[in-house]
Amino acid sequence: MNTTVVAQLQRQFQDYIVSLYQQGFLDNQFSELRKLQDEGTPDFVAEVVSLFFDDCSKLINTMSASLERPDNVDFKQVDSGVHQLKGSSSSVGAQRVKNVCISFKECCHVQNREGCLRCLQQVDYEYKMLKTKLQDLFNLEQQILQAGGTIPQVDIN
Amino acid sequence: MAKDGGFSCLRRSEMIGIGIGELESPPLDSDQVHVLAVDDSLLDRIVIERLLRITSCKVTAVDSGWRALEFLGLDDKKAAVEFDRLKVDLIITDYCMPGMTGYELLKKIKESTSFKEVPVVIMSSENVITRIDRCLEEGAEDFLLKPVKLADVKRLRNYLTKDVKVAADGNKRKLTTPPPPPLSSTSSMESLDSTVESSLSLVVDDDSLIMSPESSTSPVNSPMKRLDS
Repeated sequence: MNTTVVAQLQRQFQDYIVSLYQQGFLDNQFSELRKLQDEGTPDFVAEVVSLFFDDCSKLINTMSASLERPDNVDFKQVDSGVHQLKGSSSSVGAQRVKNVCISFKECCHVQNREGCLRCLQQVDYEYKMLKTKLQDLFNLEQQILQAGGTIPQVDIN
Repeated sequence: MAKDGGFSCLRRSEMIGIGIGELESPPLDSDQVHVLAVDDSLLDRIVIERLLRITSCKVTAVDSGWRALEFLGLDDKKAAVEFDRLKVDLIITDYCMPGMTGYELLKKIKESTSFKEVPVVIMSSENVITRIDRCLEEGAEDFLLKPVKLADVKRLRNYLTKDVKVAADGNKRKLTTPPPPPLSSTSSMESLDSTVESSLSLVVDDDSLIMSPESSTSPVNSPMKRLDS
């Protein structure tokens, strides 16, 4: 094991994950999820966020269909989708996605189709952005493990 | 056998399996705390299940109030097998669910003879005082704000192990304090296990995010005050 390489990678990882918290991509719930991962379940977080991103994709498609025709929007259905998305994003610590959902809900309640469409676009952007970021993070984790190192515990508080 | 009862190194398909009650669970250790978790969100079921297992609980996760009642043998259909030795030490349920809310499930459990002594904990993403009060008045043991954290679950775990619980068969049973390593070879595996296992195979999750037919979408949410942060 090249300890210099490992140390560098660990530092990179640390800096990267801290930046994700600082920029508001992730909140404390993500670190709660990381607590649930151990040597026995090394892919727990990756699996859970993967499920979350699948949820996002499905829900966005459903809501997009509901919002499509201006004269026939089922706001109840859109609201239901947003509710689920807000719940999931909250559960994984996807803070930016969750925040868009809060605005999205408001638009549903006042039946603002234009507002909903904007929120939908935003939520799509945010989840895809987060997906890329987390992929980079998981890649770093893999590199550390392959170099024989351990993933650093990061305290964001 | 894996130390934590066979759920180590979960693959994605296995995680989904937990969510839809497909996985063959290891036989119930009569000293192990058994929690019934109810949540319509697959993701939340996976997280709560992991939270509970990390605190050494055995978990059955179902996706609706109806499935929970079915599992407990409290539904209208007469169960073919008597569940009088079904051991459930805690029920934790989401509040907002289509079809039957967590509150309605709570009421049904508290109305039953077999399970009214079982502590029921409600989870909700919304911090609505009237909602919390209503649940506590109806007999809920505790109310957790989502997203649920490890500290929340540990707290639940603590007050469970101190109690003397009346088991479904009427026998008082003192639950063990800090549980032994999951594979306690000393406990005998009772025939009750096969009952529980077969009941688990009845628990099928739709897995799709489409709501159940009779629900209007998020029926509980609309009239309630929202105190979203």
